Amino acid sequence: MLAHPDLTTLIFGRLTLDQLPLHEPIVVGTFIVVALGALALLGAVTYFRLWGYLWREWFTSIDHKKIGVMYIILALVMLLRGFSDAIMMRAQQAISFGHSTGYLPPFHYDQIFTAHGVIMIFFVAMPFVTGLMNFVMPLQIGARDVAFPFLNNFSLWMTISGAVLVMISLFVGEFARTGWLAYPPLSDIVASPDAGVDYYIWALQIAGVGTLLSGVNLLTTIIKMRAPGMTLMRMPIFSWTALCTNVLIVAAFPVLTAALALLALDRYAGTNFFTTMLGGNAMMYVNLIWIWGHPEVYILVLPAFGVFSEVTATFCRKRLFGYASMVYATVVITVLSYLVWLHHFFTMGSGASVNSFFGITTMIISIPTGAKIFNWLFTMYRGRIHFEVPMMWTVAFMITFVIGGMTGVMLAIPPADFSLHNSLFLIAHFHNVIIGGVLFGMFAGVNYWFPKAFGFRLDPFWGKCAFWFWVIGFYFAFMPLYVLGFMGVTRRLSHFDNPDLQKWFVIAAFGAFLILLGILSMLMQFYVSFRDREKLRDVTGDPWDARTLEWSTSSPPPKYNFAFTPLINDNDAWWQMKQHRYQRPSQGYLPIHMPKNTGAGIIMAGFATVFGFAMIWYMWPLAIIAFVALLTTAIAHTFNYERDYYIPVDEVARVEAARTELLASHV
Amino acid sequence: MTADNGASKALSFHVEGEHHVPNGTLLGFWIYLMSDCLIFACLFAAYGVLGHEYAGGPRASEVLELPIVAVNTTLLLLSSITYGFAVLEMQANRKGMMMMWLAITGLLGAGFIGLELKEFAHLISIGAGPQRSAFLSSFFTLVGTHGLHVTSGLIWLVTLMVQVGKKGLIPANKRRLMCLSMFWHFLDLIWVGVFSFVYLMGVLS
Amino acid sequence: MSEHADTQHGHDDDHDHDGVGAIHATLKGYMTGFGLAAILTFIPFWLVMSGAFAKTGPADALILLLAGIQIVVHMVYFLHMSTKSEGGWNMLAFVFTVVLVVITLSGSIWIMYHLNDNMMPWTMQDARNQP
Repeated sequence: MLAHPDLTTLIFGRLTLDQLPLHEPIVVGTFIVVALGALALLGAVTYFRLWGYLWREWFTSIDHKKIGVMYIILALVMLLRGFSDAIMMRAQQAISFGHSTGYLPPFHYDQIFTAHGVIMIFFVAMPFVTGLMNFVMPLQIGARDVAFPFLNNFSLWMTISGAVLVMISLFVGEFARTGWLAYPPLSDIVASPDAGVDYYIWALQIAGVGTLLSGVNLLTTIIKMRAPGMTLMRMPIFSWTALCTNVLIVAAFPVLTAALALLALDRYAGTNFFTTMLGGNAMMYVNLIWIWGHPEVYILVLPAFGVFSEVTATFCRKRLFGYASMVYATVVITVLSYLVWLHHFFTMGSGASVNSFFGITTMIISIPTGAKIFNWLFTMYRGRIHFEVPMMWTVAFMITFVIGGMTGVMLAIPPADFSLHNSLFLIAHFHNVIIGGVLFGMFAGVNYWFPKAFGFRLDPFWGKCAFWFWVIGFYFAFMPLYVLGFMGVTRRLSHFDNPDLQKWFVIAAFGAFLILLGILSMLMQFYVSFRDREKLRDVTGDPWDARTLEWSTSSPPPKYNFAFTPLINDNDAWWQMKQHRYQRPSQGYLPIHMPKNTGAGIIMAGFATVFGFAMIWYMWPLAIIAFVALLTTAIAHTFNYERDYYIPVDEVARVEAARTELLASHV
Repeated sequence: MTADNGASKALSFHVEGEHHVPNGTLLGFWIYLMSDCLIFACLFAAYGVLGHEYAGGPRASEVLELPIVAVNTTLLLLSSITYGFAVLEMQANRKGMMMMWLAITGLLGAGFIGLELKEFAHLISIGAGPQRSAFLSSFFTLVGTHGLHVTSGLIWLVTLMVQVGKKGLIPANKRRLMCLSMFWHFLDLIWVGVFSFVYLMGVLS
Repeated sequence: MSEHADTQHGHDDDHDHDGVGAIHATLKGYMTGFGLAAILTFIPFWLVMSGAFAKTGPADALILLLAGIQIVVHMVYFLHMSTKSEGGWNMLAFVFTVVLVVITLSGSIWIMYHLNDNMMPWTMQDARNQP
């Protein structure tokens, strides 16, 4: 593979100065903005002497609450990047008609739609979901941390490492131009010889390690660490959906790892899995990647369903309608999600028997999902609905998701799919379910649990602005795509010949602009809430008069979550405690056994980033060094047996006394 | 836990004293193994789909040599039982004997890897390398991935022997030994699939 | 390999809490497993190496059957899986995994067989045999 085995090639591989996109004004401009922003941020951190604090209290933290918050910060940062890609595409498609070619050349446009998809799924939706599960689930089941706190920190940094590689691809070399799933033969070494697909492969493989380990970790936590009395059928619905999502993660991500590894072997080692010669079969890649891809959809949406269940019950001041059916629906979705993957490639030519099997299973899976919608509706029925921001997102979700679900059932009909596949109808459909389902759910969750995490509520005015801009913007941006899809317009085009289509794209671009206002409102909401934090302070720990266990502790919770392990007697454990006027004990504290912070996770992930970068650019010696360093650090870490400590009684008593005082002063 | 809402009995809402959280390491590791199982399932699926795509190159029945595989299978099965003996010694807290059985297990594993590398080298030398056809790509990847797992098992084994040497048979080390035990037996289990599905059925076809 | 409740502390040397004590491997168990595994390995190797089978269909089925039995033997005798270990979660996880492995394998082969059948009528042999 080394064409010129001289020293420069040995060290730098195929990375040359030409790979820096200095001739692309848009990229250079972006780079300058990002670089200035980064410098300002780093300067501010240095100026305020925050490095030590960040390192000790956040980067090396193994506290599930802080790790959850960091996941969500990653998701929000990457949302800005992913959305920039989106609005660039919308702008391009709104102006690129007839003689006008727009402002993005196809080479650049193709990278943008690939990066948009990859970032939104892997580095926005996934960290959002994982972060929320990390923060909420242990609190909800009455645990003090997760089963493997160090792995949790390591998982976070591996995910960040993948995100960093995707970001580097913006400025060094290029990203894949293959679409977000990188189908061969387009993604093989013959058609895509540059580093783009390699960035894709290594970013996802490294982040995938993090996702898988976090799945194992959270799953074990739920199975092993529920508070006494919390049988499975007393577990809050969000924790149930977390359980099922992590089952799916553990069972689906290995398939992605395997599929990408085979693609990597084709590219690096010259094997013939998915090539067009010597017996390779590109369709096998499509088959494998969707065995992961379909469960992935449910990995994302199940926790959102969990959020909606919690939010609906809380803001309707009612016990959730049909708890058991909700649980069964979730479990049925979990299993069925493995039986539908072929509906992503009906048109590949498997024939009638295969297509009808997968068409029918796909339609069946909409039944439990529909049951859930009815459960939420019946919870609202005759409830005292409080239209706080999380509840507003929930209502918007129900309407939007039902539309998305309906178009999904249309796509599940193989003959219909033959005319709709790869059209903008499909694009409209999956944005309809992912934005309307996952993203709305995450926004509801952030608004709902933010006071728990930081001790003050988010500003409702800007929250409502964000809500209306997002929801109206969503309909403007995606309803035109349904229309265009019916007209037969295909996805991933950077130029159109037919000027009649332009009006629809202009409407869609307007919708994207509204969503931009929604995102700006969100940022404004964070800023205003931080500014007015004293006014928005939550002293009770239970600002919404909620029902589950996480609201029984203070906001933000102490390091150890609960001074005494709760004992569970009901589904809505905290609600029942409130009904029984339960008083926290004020004495009899014991020292609390907690895990110690460690820097091993961030260091190992750092080596993984270097390893990935070296593999992408064929810097073999550096790759070997980084890999050995990674392995050595991991082994050295296992020699550390002193991983925990006790929080002394005095400290527990002090923290709890402060809370008692605070509660008493605000009755 | 009492769940009755009877008027006479007040419900308790917290645990007095310390609540012991059961350790999740063994279950967590089991779950990891299950996920690893699915990586192998994909590689088996790739072999199942592509295993007959010879592309005019050598066929499975022409290049796979059962005697080597029979020896390799024996080595791995023996290493399974020697690891089992190590676990029995561990339970009896006999550190020296346990280390001896671990060392034997490691040697058997190394022998397995050695033979496998020899087989691979031979195949490549006769022009049946992984680039030759989709069959050989999927064969090398499936068998090689199993080999990589055994190799990481060996690295882990050596690490653990050092750790037991330093710290003795403390509960943390026992737990790690049980994890490696699961890993090692799991690899033998995957190998059952490999020799049946790839070698035996390959030679028959 | 990160242990939450590590073992330097007094309360943790109670074996039932670290999970290791829950497994009691016995010599008899290991030897039974080894004996069964050896037999289940020997039979298919002998059948194939001695050329006892003329047809591949039944042989393939028998090999797969024996492999399946042997995998269960390994699970029970070497990996100590039972309906009671880890409160049944081991067994549940294993059964779920087996279901998914079967879905992945059989689904892939089924789909790809039909794809090849519909989309690739020209195999190498067909092409070579063209007049």
